[in-house]
Amino acid sequence: MSHSADTATGPSDGLPSGAVPGSVQSIERAAAILQVVAGSGGTLGVTDISEAVGLAKTTTHSLLRTLLLVGFVEQDPATGRYALGTRLLRLGTHLDVNELRARASNWADALAARSGHAVRLAALTGEDVVVVHHVFRPDDSAQVLEVGTVLPPTTALGKVLRAHSHPHTGHRPAAGAAAVTAAELAEVRVRGWATEQGEYEAGLGGLAAPVRGAGGLVVAALGVGGPRSSLFDARGLPRSPLLAMVTDAALAVSRELGHGSG
Amino acid sequence: MADRYVLAVDQGTTSTRSLVFDRGGRMVAVRQREHRQHFPRPGWVEHDPMEIWANTQRTCAQVLADVSGRGDVVALGIANQRETTVVWERATGRPVTRALVWQDTRTDELVSELAARPDAGQVAERSGMAIAGYFAGPRLRWILDHVPRARERAERGELLFGTMETWLIWNLTGGPDGGVHVTDVTNASRTLLMDVRACRWDEDLLAFFGIPAAMLPEIRPSVGVLGVATALSPALPIAGALGDQQAALFGQACFAPGEAKCTYGTGSFLLQNTGTELVRTRSGSISTVAYQLAGEPVHYALEGSVAVAGALVQWLRDGLGLIGSAPEVETLARTVSDNGGCYVVPAFSGLLAPHWRGEARGLVAGLTSYVTKGHLARAVLEATGWQTRDVVQAMAADSGLSLPALRVDGGMTTNNLLMQFVADALDTPVVRPMVGETVSLGAAYAAGLAVGVWSDIEALRRNWHRAAQWTPSPARAQALTAEYPTWERAVQLSIAWGAP
Repeated sequence: MSHSADTATGPSDGLPSGAVPGSVQSIERAAAILQVVAGSGGTLGVTDISEAVGLAKTTTHSLLRTLLLVGFVEQDPATGRYALGTRLLRLGTHLDVNELRARASNWADALAARSGHAVRLAALTGEDVVVVHHVFRPDDSAQVLEVGTVLPPTTALGKVLRAHSHPHTGHRPAAGAAAVTAAELAEVRVRGWATEQGEYEAGLGGLAAPVRGAGGLVVAALGVGGPRSSLFDARGLPRSPLLAMVTDAALAVSRELGHGSG
Repeated sequence: MADRYVLAVDQGTTSTRSLVFDRGGRMVAVRQREHRQHFPRPGWVEHDPMEIWANTQRTCAQVLADVSGRGDVVALGIANQRETTVVWERATGRPVTRALVWQDTRTDELVSELAARPDAGQVAERSGMAIAGYFAGPRLRWILDHVPRARERAERGELLFGTMETWLIWNLTGGPDGGVHVTDVTNASRTLLMDVRACRWDEDLLAFFGIPAAMLPEIRPSVGVLGVATALSPALPIAGALGDQQAALFGQACFAPGEAKCTYGTGSFLLQNTGTELVRTRSGSISTVAYQLAGEPVHYALEGSVAVAGALVQWLRDGLGLIGSAPEVETLARTVSDNGGCYVVPAFSGLLAPHWRGEARGLVAGLTSYVTKGHLARAVLEATGWQTRDVVQAMAADSGLSLPALRVDGGMTTNNLLMQFVADALDTPVVRPMVGETVSLGAAYAAGLAVGVWSDIEALRRNWHRAAQWTPSPARAQALTAEYPTWERAVQLSIAWGAP
């Protein structure tokens, strides 16, 4: 049961520059650092790591800072030593959108029944905001199932997903998203919900909140949509029972996915 | 004034659930408790009636506590697993043996003997159903034959028979201390012992199966007060009872002839309301009682039961390990655009409606080196869609009723690929209601209607709201009609394969 063969542990395993033709050097180096960190079990500081991969300490440090930022490594604040980040460990546990719909279905139905509005659950596919689940507005009028439809990033659902994307989840902001300011996205992130008041289509409103997976990562957005005036008061504030319904339902789906269960 | 709520008990095959609904038909609270499945021999399936009674008391008390202070619970309705058979002592409330569950196949031999008798034709004629081990009557006969002294004690009136709703109502209303011994007409219609037109126990059928009349419960309407549940606090009128699939039909507000629902669970159960006239079946669907309001005529339904639907997806997950969870079957199926010529007939233990061929065995047809696991996943989902078409065609032949739309419920309704396939295969819109808990909602509706929480069935109809609709594509519908004979050929192969 030897595990030395697949783990770089000494300076002799350092990367010769340009080892693989056509490869991206910084990714190669980051991969080598991750291998060293994985093999060390969280016992190495930046000096040990730079020696192990055969790179200058400043280069190693800047690579580690990027890995830290995207959550692929974590640093012990007391000792300064590095370990693999939880986000890296979660890379292999992709949440299937059909699984997501099945788990969210009861809560989405209840939200539509209580609020009287159409409910949509959306997730990012690449850069697109895609409707994963859609519950009709409960008035029995003619409506078309929108599952699979791509929504613009200016919708409330799009804002929630974008607020929690790059660099935090590795998704890049979608094209045409310039209409939403960084300040608004920061606000969405902090307060935990997003609004849409005619940005996408005049007269239409939306209210959405993030759905988190087991590890705390935002995996989807859940929201209601309808006439702007039925969702917001004259000052543009969400009507209060509605806001609580949306955030409670998003929380309930998050719990269903294992969020907050330790 | 506080909200008026209705309590529903859904006594199912694997668990007992207690739910509270408000006047809008929205679920307010739910509690659930699973019970043990006993498999003493191959093909035998038993439940402990005492455990189920304890779970009913416990979940009812919990859910009543959950809503206390929020609204007044004014009635109790019961929906139950059908055809599961209990026999107990009138004096003590002790079951003489564990309940024989609807999945239990121990009566197969007995049923073959009975079916071979020259006077067997009267069973289908009077009860509306052909003799099969699926129903409760043969199970009751088995208990009388095999439990020591059961027959003589039953004849003396010491033993009582009931399906699950009867057992629970008797216990809820006092048990040995004045318990009410009643069954609802939908459950009674699943025994083979009831005259399906008169809705009375039939003397000739009782003689045919050798069942003493003294042990039978009184047959009552599904909607109407049956007794007072003094075992609960507060005591509630028990005002509705229905077999679970009939409860789902009621919960889906299928009150007009032609309206139909299909529940997609482990198996699939399609029921179509046929109104107050009994339909003679020739094409493989069965005629059953849908519901009866007190003082009104009985409403009938055609039923098509398919044994394996969601169970086939489970097999893909647990038997083959091709997917990690059931919903992932859609992801896998969407990796390809068609079935690649592959068909799966899930006759794991024979085929039920409309074929009724117990000897059939499952098969995968059309394998070539082109077929991938994606095609297999698609064929698995399509099998459920094709089987729905088999059943709907048989019903249309029997009833002559058109199907305006199919109302669906159950876990598989979150599968958009399957639901669209069903819509295309039937060339009929498929609609999903806002409240997925149709079985317990139907029980709540029955009870609430009886005590005036809802004024009439029109009020219930207004509570039904569409949460999703899958509309057939004319081109796909045409293509699938052209493809249907290929599926039928695969079904014939599965029957031929299992033939002795």
